[in-house]
Amino acid sequence: MAEKLININLKIWRQQNGQSQGKMVDYPLKGVSTDSSFLDMLDMLNEELVNKGDEPVAFDHDCREGICGMCSLYINGEAHGPDRGVTTCQLHMRMFKDGETITVEPFRANAFPVVRDLVVDRSAFDRIMQKGGFVSVNTSGNTQDANALPIPKVDADKAFDAATCIGCGACVATCKNASAMLFVSAKVSQLSLLPQGKVEAKERVLNMVNQMDLEGFGNCTNTGACEVECPKGISLDNIARMNREYLKATVTID
Amino acid sequence: MATLDSKIPAGPIHEKWTNHKNHINLVNPANKRHIDIIVVGTGLAGGAAAASLAEMGYNVKAFCYQDSPRRAHSIAAQGGINAAKNYQNDGDSVYRLFYDTVKGGDYRAREANVHRLAEVSANIIDQCVAQGVPFARDYGGLLDNRSFGGVLVSRTFYAKGQTGQQLLLGAYSALSRQIGKGKVQMLGRHEMLDLVLIGGKARGIIARNLVTGEIERHSAHAVVLATGGYGNVFFLSTNAMGSNVTAAWRAHKRGAYFANPCFTQIHPTCIPRSGEHQSKLTLMSESLRNDGRIWVPGKVEDAKAIRDGKLKPTQIKEEDRDYFLERRYPAFGNLVPRDVASRAAKERCDEGFGVNATGEAVYLDFQSAIMRYGKEKAMVEGIQNPSADKIQALGKAVIEAKYGNLFQMYYKITDENPYETPMKIYPAVHYTMGGIWVDYNLMTTIPGCYAAGEANFSEHGANRLGASALMQGLADGYFVLPYTIGEYLSSEIRTGKISTDLPEFIEAEKNVKDQIEKMINIKGTKSVDYFHKRLGKVMWDKVGMARNAQGLTEAMAEIRAIREEFWSDVRIPGTPNGLNPELEKAGRVADFLELGELFAKDALDRNESCGGHFREESVELDGEQKGEAKRDDVNFAHVSAWEWTGDPATSVKHKEELVYENIKMVQRSYK
Ligand SMILES: Cc1cc2nc3c(=O)[nH]c(=O)nc-3n(C[C@H](O)[C@H](O)[C@H](O)COP(=O)(O)OP(=O)(O)OC[C@H]3O[C@@H](n4cnc5c(N)ncnc54)[C@H](O)[C@@H]3O)c2cc1C
Ligand code: SF4
Ligand code: FES
Repeated sequence: MAEKLININLKIWRQQNGQSQGKMVDYPLKGVSTDSSFLDMLDMLNEELVNKGDEPVAFDHDCREGICGMCSLYINGEAHGPDRGVTTCQLHMRMFKDGETITVEPFRANAFPVVRDLVVDRSAFDRIMQKGGFVSVNTSGNTQDANALPIPKVDADKAFDAATCIGCGACVATCKNASAMLFVSAKVSQLSLLPQGKVEAKERVLNMVNQMDLEGFGNCTNTGACEVECPKGISLDNIARMNREYLKATVTID
Repeated sequence: MATLDSKIPAGPIHEKWTNHKNHINLVNPANKRHIDIIVVGTGLAGGAAAASLAEMGYNVKAFCYQDSPRRAHSIAAQGGINAAKNYQNDGDSVYRLFYDTVKGGDYRAREANVHRLAEVSANIIDQCVAQGVPFARDYGGLLDNRSFGGVLVSRTFYAKGQTGQQLLLGAYSALSRQIGKGKVQMLGRHEMLDLVLIGGKARGIIARNLVTGEIERHSAHAVVLATGGYGNVFFLSTNAMGSNVTAAWRAHKRGAYFANPCFTQIHPTCIPRSGEHQSKLTLMSESLRNDGRIWVPGKVEDAKAIRDGKLKPTQIKEEDRDYFLERRYPAFGNLVPRDVASRAAKERCDEGFGVNATGEAVYLDFQSAIMRYGKEKAMVEGIQNPSADKIQALGKAVIEAKYGNLFQMYYKITDENPYETPMKIYPAVHYTMGGIWVDYNLMTTIPGCYAAGEANFSEHGANRLGASALMQGLADGYFVLPYTIGEYLSSEIRTGKISTDLPEFIEAEKNVKDQIEKMINIKGTKSVDYFHKRLGKVMWDKVGMARNAQGLTEAMAEIRAIREEFWSDVRIPGTPNGLNPELEKAGRVADFLELGELFAKDALDRNESCGGHFREESVELDGEQKGEAKRDDVNFAHVSAWEWTGDPATSVKHKEELVYENIKMVQRSYK
């Protein structure tokens, strides 16, 4: 499709900091290229705001290729916007119509407090990982040869698919309960599918789930919204696998 | 003037590292508890170093500017990581990886460092697998490999097109484990803005808490900089938006020499820019050159018709296509090193054969590979006389399994389906081989200050081979720095805790605060991006893929002028007390505006062509290599390490002569 220029009406959440009240503010924007990405469009808006002497809209972003998980916008009521299988930074303006009104909000959840405007604090995810999202192996340089332990391709592929989670938090923002089950289950699954991860499987799932609850994420009621909005296609199968792991661990832990 | 002692251990090359390691002073475990180390940057190099140092027992404070260490730019690496495992039994070895890297770097890297890298490469794969990194495997359950540019063996390990992500998440998991144990204190959303020296030694940093705006003092017995590369000096690059030179540059201004700033890698396979609105370029992994063939139309009229939208690439007959890499470099074909491939693409586009509206694009075509794989698959599945459509479908499925996420990424950005029509690609700034000068122990010219990963200069010479940056980052972080740092720290066991109330900390903090005040009070008329874009344009036009003395001289003056304008006319809205992305950008661009001038100065000084640095004045005039880059080993077989004197224009150059005892320097030929 050839490039076009469109005019849009943005409604953006503005909030000075974590303590202050926020509100939606209207920003009309003209002449946006349909070839530009959503974040290129926000850059364009911010350039206009700076030139007017206003404070630009703060939003998180870094790699701009859909892999760092930093970008996190709730666009027209959907985490990462209307396209499927993409992050906000990969969303392109060709998905929007000339004259369209576009609402932009931060990822909302109790466990993700707003820092400023569209920026939220997702460090709860890091704290969950610190409770068990790893294999306890030191970097001695004396681990066994990588090919000493063949892993069936199907398991390796499934582990890889789970491991592609970028920790963006769209699953949480989308879930009506603000549950982090998809995120946590992706890591639990990856490691439980691999022989290296099996040794600590029980402690891992118990500790990570416990931390998830402490952080104030909600319960999973299997609505499946998370899977739909996940930019990396992390599957609900992982939640089922984590539930099995959890059950196994609670029944057999000594 | 500090002397450049590279501290290369004596002895034969293959024994240097082992001997050195055996003789490094150790710090006993009880003492390690009393030693603090600051690690700035938690990408592959910093994340791996912080985790390993904490495992060894040191107290570590780690910093990154993102909200989480899992988001460092290493995450974006796509293609793979090299290791001399020889699992494919194709004749690979430590020596071959060493040789390929030295040759690929066009004989401007330090032999001993490269050999050590090749030696520890195999350990990296073992370590990562033990951590649960899900590398690609074959049906036998063993690890799979692919090839990358500039080599004739398959030694690249990969995880689809997300190798960097999987490796970084591995390092992040090791780091998380240590944070959970309280051995690493992780400070995300913090930016290092100065290095603090006491009695000539690195003793801490000044960092800004990006959320509260507070300026903080942090002390330690050693400081490790693992802050990545500075490709964003070009404004448009494949680096993350926040990638910067600030930490390295501020250390440079405190006395760390900056080596070979002009050695930059322009990667041949990136999505071409489409217009003015872009703030970031996207890489298409080099692994695609395993299966994609690069071409432009053989006839200028066809190229013009394509640009005007009157002809489609699929309509151009085989004999009317110019597979220019296969034509010019029959031995390596589409897998020539990056610098060679990039220049060849530029040459064709400059001659008018470019294939998009801007005239700056060439094709990367998968049709031959789709057919080849389709036929193979039909054989394997025992399909008799498969139709052409069937072959296409089977072949596409194979390509999808190998590169699915890259094809999807391409489609989302360009709105064109690369399974149906060739990709369009063009070179873009991707990696910086130059960086802070370090000795064999990875120590900079400031005692106690180390540099690791892309932030240092050491292993890749004038051109980096694909899949070698991830290898270097993890080698530095897991296997080199944690040992070599012991040499220095063993003499620090009696130092005791370092107070942040010392006058040097107060001075450094004031320095940072003053700079921020000064910038924010300019209240000029132009945004930070306005200056960054102008700098980027000068860099790309005059300090880019082809450089000459006149252009470089002009670039130096132009950059200086932009810098002066920046300091009198930049506008930064808001206050320094709280999250202020414009202020963060301004600090980074201020440093790029100084680095850019030194970069051009270094390029001007190096009057030879080597690797990614191409001087139009220095080409072969005749023979088989006519028109190819011409190196000058008599005058330039050295590292140029620059000392800060208060102004980039007057920086003083120090040489580290490069001695090749194990590999004979020859003209790089990929013909
Ligand atoms: C798109 C892309 C694809 C690539 N693909 C490959 C590949 O396939 N194979 C390969 O070998 N190489 C590849 N590379 C190169 C490779 O990814 C990088 O060179 C490497 O990952 C750099 O790692 P690093 O740890 O040195 O730095 P980074 O991963 O860039 O980390 C830098 C760290 O420093 C922090 N930081 C920076 N400045 C500051 C500051 N002032 N204060 C505090 N913290 C700071 C950041 O927060 C971050 O944590 C690719 C690069 C790109 C851009
Ligand atoms: S599971 Fe998906 S949506 Fe949730 S954090 Fe991971 S990538 Fe994001
Ligand atoms: S900016 Fe990295 S995923 Fe969007």
